[in-house]
Amino acid sequence: MAFQHAHLLGIEPLAPSDISTILDLSDRYVDLNRRDQKHSDALAGLTQINMFFENSTRTQASFELAGKRLGADVMNMAMQASSIKKGETLIDTAMTLNAMHPDLLVVRHPQSGAVDLLSQKVNCAVLNAGDGRHEHPTQALLDALTIRRAKGRLHRLSIAICGDIAHSRVARSNIILLGKMENRVRLVGPSTLMPAGISEFGVEVFEDMREGLRDVDVVMMLRLQRERMDGGFIPSEREYYHRYGLDAEKLGHAKADAIVMHPGPMNRGVEIDGEIADDINRSVIQEQVEMGVAVRMAAMDLLARNLRAKPKEVMA
Amino acid sequence: MTTVLFQNARLVDPEAGEVTEGWLLVEEGRIAARGREDAPSKAGERVDCGGKFLAPGIVDLGVKVCEPGERHKESYRSAGAAAAAGGVTTMITRPDTAPAIDSPETLEFVARRANEAAPVNVLPMAALTKGREGREMTEIGFLMDAGAVAFTDCDHVVADNKVLSRALTYARSLGALVIGHVQDPGLSAGAAATSGKFASLRGLPGVGTVAERMGLERDLALVEATGAKYHIDQVTTAVSLPALERARAAGLDVTAGTSIHHLTLNELDVADYRTFFKVKPPLRSEDDRRAMVEAVRDGSIDIIGSMHTPQDEESKRLPFEEAASGAVALETLLPAALRLYHSGELGLPCLFRALALNPAKRLGLEAGRLAEGAPADLVLFDADVPFVLDRWTLRSKSKNTPFDGQRLQGRVLATYVSGTVVYENLNA
Repeated sequence: MAFQHAHLLGIEPLAPSDISTILDLSDRYVDLNRRDQKHSDALAGLTQINMFFENSTRTQASFELAGKRLGADVMNMAMQASSIKKGETLIDTAMTLNAMHPDLLVVRHPQSGAVDLLSQKVNCAVLNAGDGRHEHPTQALLDALTIRRAKGRLHRLSIAICGDIAHSRVARSNIILLGKMENRVRLVGPSTLMPAGISEFGVEVFEDMREGLRDVDVVMMLRLQRERMDGGFIPSEREYYHRYGLDAEKLGHAKADAIVMHPGPMNRGVEIDGEIADDINRSVIQEQVEMGVAVRMAAMDLLARNLRAKPKEVMA
Repeated sequence: MTTVLFQNARLVDPEAGEVTEGWLLVEEGRIAARGREDAPSKAGERVDCGGKFLAPGIVDLGVKVCEPGERHKESYRSAGAAAAAGGVTTMITRPDTAPAIDSPETLEFVARRANEAAPVNVLPMAALTKGREGREMTEIGFLMDAGAVAFTDCDHVVADNKVLSRALTYARSLGALVIGHVQDPGLSAGAAATSGKFASLRGLPGVGTVAERMGLERDLALVEATGAKYHIDQVTTAVSLPALERARAAGLDVTAGTSIHHLTLNELDVADYRTFFKVKPPLRSEDDRRAMVEAVRDGSIDIIGSMHTPQDEESKRLPFEEAASGAVALETLLPAALRLYHSGELGLPCLFRALALNPAKRLGLEAGRLAEGAPADLVLFDADVPFVLDRWTLRSKSKNTPFDGQRLQGRVLATYVSGTVVYENLNA
């Protein structure tokens, strides 16, 4: 099945077959990345610009490495430090960059929908590396690849996503992706960290973590932002850890072979116990990082094929 | 004596609640007579209405014209032209300009500009508190002398209960009408959408409908305590209606409005972050939209307004949360309202009761009816003619309409203010 998208803005626009296409190609890039000779020419001659309007170390490094392994010319722009203070708008910045003829734009922005908006104003392929609380599609894809490789399938699994669902773009993209692939999704967390309208998402919601983890195949932990811990959403860090921190006892309610995931960076002792995070029999957190590079290579490769197949559109 | 005879019309009479075929005679700018047959022969000028609808001109409560301060977004000249083309014969203008209209001097400047530039009636409102900052009340007495017809801080909620209580008390002693924007300021801070599935999926910060209800309950408690004359600018959600009903049952002098956008659009129209659909309060669920239409039908909501809010391209071409709120609507108010007529949700007399009669009554104006002696502020329109709206054809300087590219039905053929034609497009 052909992958026919011009951009990767979210999981929502993707069909299940698109998701499988990306994951299948990702598997091949995992193999490439494990060889001594890690280079391909899939993006040779193309220019990739990483524009991060929000701090990121891991995601930006992962995209940079993915682009370089595929032979693209990669440039990183730290947008926080640049002219994106008051004055220059997102559109101005996009138009300026567009004039430099990039082929792939990787964008992270603190505002939901900002990457969609930007994609309307440029004539290159745009990849969403996280926009506000909206979506983080490559994270959901790397999580899906990790699950598929660990469990041998990506359907009819019971998956618990735990923690700050309300503010998490990772949670949104995962809920959508796992739902599209026909899994049972459970959300676990305090009601102050659940988004409004959650009952209409086609998921099961649990406030009790032990109940929520009962017999699940996958436990996906989310990072709790420090600024949410000071009484605004939860009373304290220690009460949160007591009720929602993943430790061996709580994990005992999941299936014996359940895997533990975390998008990183982890707050050990807040949402996850250090021993669980480091338990190589349960935790696939390092695999997630590895899959991240492969998934981003696959996504950029597929978008670049579409770019090369089409004559350049002239922007109005 | 100048006389104009409108013949062969379908007269939309919101007072009688009916549409009748007949004629209407205008003398010296006022309605002199009307009837079904036997039109008088003495008329100086005759207008053959061709069986189209003749209704009282729209009295639009809550129009923002961006003078002083941001004339590039909308001037009295451009707003006046848009109003005339939209069948709006009286604009009740908002004081949320930069600077706010909060002193008699500013109000007089605005009134002078308005009368020079706009072909329709313009009646200004003034701020309730200085700078719309919610701290000190404005010179309500002087402002009334200068022509202010109502007092409102627009979308700035007076958060301090003591300040609002005193302003309401003082306004009551002068018989001034106070207009409130009902929102709990804490709950609604930072919100860009109505909380629910749609806002959560889009990752937009939401505000629950309870914030409107709480703002409403607070204001009504103070209105009850002070006896002030009070109007709610926009009721947009079903959870507000019981409180409104209780206030009326208790005999409070309270009326309620809503915006045309909340009657014809819902939150899903925002789709992929379309900022022209960002209004304040945010668009609601379809259930709430239907409840508002029903409330207009049964009279719980008295007034439909455009809440005309011009925004330039730059303030809308931003990520959704950062983009400015508001939509222009003077020219789309009637065609949008006619959607409710064509869908069978509201009849024309009901629509014009909310668009013309009730706002006029609330402000003590003679307009808004087809009665003998009333000013001949009229709109002649074809309710059926279909068209696709191109926002660049709008007369407003700002083009931020949510109806761009949409199919609408119904166009204004002519607009009359005191019997004088201010807009004519008989070929539409």
